[in-house]
Amino acid sequence: MAARVRAKIPESVTVGEVFTIRTLVSHRMESGLREHADGRLVPRDIINRFEATFEGERVFAVDIEPGIAANPFLEFTARIEKAGTLVLSWTDDAGEVTTYTQGIALA
Amino acid sequence: MYGGSSVSAGRRALLGAGAGAAAAAFFGGSGRAFAEIEALERAIAEFGGEAGMAGGRGPLSLTLPRIAENGNSVALSFSVESPMTAEDHIESVVILAPENPYVRIATFHFTPMSGTAKAATRMRLARTQDVIALARTGDGRRYRAQERVEVTIGGCGG
Repeated sequence: MAARVRAKIPESVTVGEVFTIRTLVSHRMESGLREHADGRLVPRDIINRFEATFEGERVFAVDIEPGIAANPFLEFTARIEKAGTLVLSWTDDAGEVTTYTQGIALA
Repeated sequence: MYGGSSVSAGRRALLGAGAGAAAAAFFGGSGRAFAEIEALERAIAEFGGEAGMAGGRGPLSLTLPRIAENGNSVALSFSVESPMTAEDHIESVVILAPENPYVRIATFHFTPMSGTAKAATRMRLARTQDVIALARTGDGRRYRAQERVEVTIGGCGG
C-alpha cells in the first residue's frame, strides 16, 4: 500500500492526562461499487483496519468499511501512565500494513 | 440476504435524484443488484441486537451536520460519557447508515487506555438519511442515538 500517512501526536503529556491524536492516510477507498465508463466495476480496495497501540497494548482500533470517506481521517484520544512508543497501523484489503511510530515522553 | 424491496426503493431514489450524485458514484449507479448489501437489521443484530436499548441514547451523543453539501465526505463525531476504567468502560461503537449500500460504516473499539470513548471521522452518505450510532459497554449495556443528515448537490448546477 505504501500510503502516505500524517499524524498529530503530542511529544509529551502528563501522567493520566487525556490527549488527542489526529491521523490522516492517503487512500482512494474504492468501495467496489463504482464503475468504469465501460460498465466494468472498479474493484474494492480499501483500508479496512486501523490500530493504535502504546508499548504493545491496544489503545484504540477501528474496523473500517467502504462507507468511510477517501483519505480516511481518524481522531481519538489516549491516556498513558508512563513514557513509551505509540504505534499506529493501517491495514488494507491486500493485508499490507502501513505503520507510523512516535515516542511520547512524560512531562 | 437483505431487505429487497426497501433497498430497491432506496436505490431507485438514489439513481433518480440528483442529490448526492457524486457520492452515489462511489456506490454504483447502474442496474446491478446489491447482492452483498447488509441489511440494517443484520448490522444491529451483529452488534448485539436492540434488546436493552430501551434507555435510548443515555451517555451517547452523535454529531453530524444537518445538511451535507457533499455526500462524499461528511464529518462525524461521537462521544460516550464513561469512566473508562477496566471495570466500567465503553467497548465499542458502530456507525450505521441505513440508506447506504453498505450499512455499516465503521466499528470503533475502545479500551481504558483510550481515555475517552470519543472519536471523529468522515463518512460517505449516499442520500439523505438518519445515521445511527450504537454503543455498548464491557458488561453489555447498550445505547442508541441517531441524527438526520440531508445530502444536497454540492458545487455548481445545484
